[in-house]
Amino acid sequence: MPATQDFWAHGLGWFLLHLGQILAVTVWLLLSLAFLLWGDRKVWAGVQMRKGPNVVGPFGLFQSFADFLKFLLKEIVIPAGADKTVFLLAPLLTFILAFAAWAVVPLAPGWVIADVNVAILYIFAISSLGVYGIIMGGWASNSKYPFLGGLRSAAQMVSYEVSIGFVIITVILLAGTMNLQQIIEQQAGGFWNWNFLGGGLKNLPMAVVMVPMTVIFFISALAETNRPPFDLPEAESELVAGYQVEYSSTPYLLFMIGEYANIVLMCALITILFFGGWQAPFPTPFLDSWPATAASFFGFFWFFLKTIFFFFMFAMVKAIVPRYRYDQLMRLGWKIFLPTSLVAVVLVAGWRVFTRGAI
Amino acid sequence: MALQAIAFYLMATVTVAAALAVVLARNPVHSVLFLIAAFFSAAGLFVLLGAEFLAMLLVVVYVGAVAVLFLFVVMMLDVDFAALRQGFAQYLPIGGVVAGILTIEMVMVATIIATKGAASRVTGPQASLPDVSNAETIGRVLYTDYVYFFQAAGLVLLVAMIGAIVLTLRHKPGVKRQNIARQTARGPKSGMTIVDIQPGAGEGE
Repeated sequence: MPATQDFWAHGLGWFLLHLGQILAVTVWLLLSLAFLLWGDRKVWAGVQMRKGPNVVGPFGLFQSFADFLKFLLKEIVIPAGADKTVFLLAPLLTFILAFAAWAVVPLAPGWVIADVNVAILYIFAISSLGVYGIIMGGWASNSKYPFLGGLRSAAQMVSYEVSIGFVIITVILLAGTMNLQQIIEQQAGGFWNWNFLGGGLKNLPMAVVMVPMTVIFFISALAETNRPPFDLPEAESELVAGYQVEYSSTPYLLFMIGEYANIVLMCALITILFFGGWQAPFPTPFLDSWPATAASFFGFFWFFLKTIFFFFMFAMVKAIVPRYRYDQLMRLGWKIFLPTSLVAVVLVAGWRVFTRGAI
Repeated sequence: MALQAIAFYLMATVTVAAALAVVLARNPVHSVLFLIAAFFSAAGLFVLLGAEFLAMLLVVVYVGAVAVLFLFVVMMLDVDFAALRQGFAQYLPIGGVVAGILTIEMVMVATIIATKGAASRVTGPQASLPDVSNAETIGRVLYTDYVYFFQAAGLVLLVAMIGAIVLTLRHKPGVKRQNIARQTARGPKSGMTIVDIQPGAGEGE
């Protein structure tokens, strides 16, 4: 059917196809977020030997939807001294940016909205913009605690972006490409080919560098998404709720969904960069005889599983680790992570040049 | 392609409008936010040119880091808007003359370059070769033809960084500093003394 294929490749068909893909990813993401949020609270409750949400629906599964309705139906309160435009723009920005980054995330073989060559830089750029939502919200509230929260978060996110950037560079050096699909394809054939062990048995000595890099990336991701133990922008014992103090109802909901979308994005990124994305942890030669769609679903299953696992780790960290003091946070970012990741970049680059030749 | 033309005019308009708003906005924080919008749509123009690597770097470096620090500083300023606008009429004539001369010079230079200079010989902005990625092309040029300039730029930045540190670093005597290693190595033996206090005597320093 060349005529129908032609329709989907040009003009209106192309537009509709991509619109459909974007809608599918957004809806899937929002639905997953609803249950991940519930899972987060359940894990947290489990660690503290509480029951957690258990009233709405079986096992409290629909708690997030009840909360959603509550947020939606309440009144939006805008403080009298606030800068109205910026005040309302801030949560929108956080929400939109958190979802925009998902455009380049490969969910399964061939399942990606935009397969661009600089995908990883795109995600890095978009996530570095996320700080604006927080700063703008903190400033526009025209109130002390939000302002302090905004300033803290600006310094924190800029600091940890640097080490995230260097860790990403080590992965790019190992993979030799910035295209996420290609990075994942290179990690095919079992868990020993995943990047956290250096990507392939011939690179196994690089595991000495890449395992610590994986850990640094995980911790920096916690700091970048303002999760405990680095939730200083919203530390309730010091700043009430930081930049979110003046927000209520839907704007607050947008902030929260954006924050959780960012967390899941970071989990997906750890999966893709270090743990093989949609690759199964064992060799999969049998996939060749499968139809393409079934193979895609098989890949999606592994991607989903790994992402959920890292989300579980995020939740466990939140439940177990006490909050950092601000100077400790800065010390960790600038004096430990930055030099370590710089040395790692040098080591990986040296390994690439002196073992396999400069491509 | 029509879609590209629409995107170009949209982003070009936003860039120019946002750049104007940077100058015209009363509130300095709004100025910085408009500056961010201008940077961002300029990055969009780079993408349209096929220079996606440069576009991403523009967003990461300028929008994600430099503008954050701008915003950081500007937010903490306590600006008195009335005082800012006080000398407006007084400085208008001389400012106008300077701006006029600058505009005339820029227009002259631009026309000469466009008609007789290097710009007239170039047909249009050249994207990278089809089979080589953007980043690779830039890397090849940067680390071969222009390697000395590249290194020199790095050295200039290093000097600037050291200069900033030297200017702001002050060693005050008597400041308490935290020694993390000593703090974590502290145990019951070094952190605790057992004092035998006699009844009715008190500790008596």
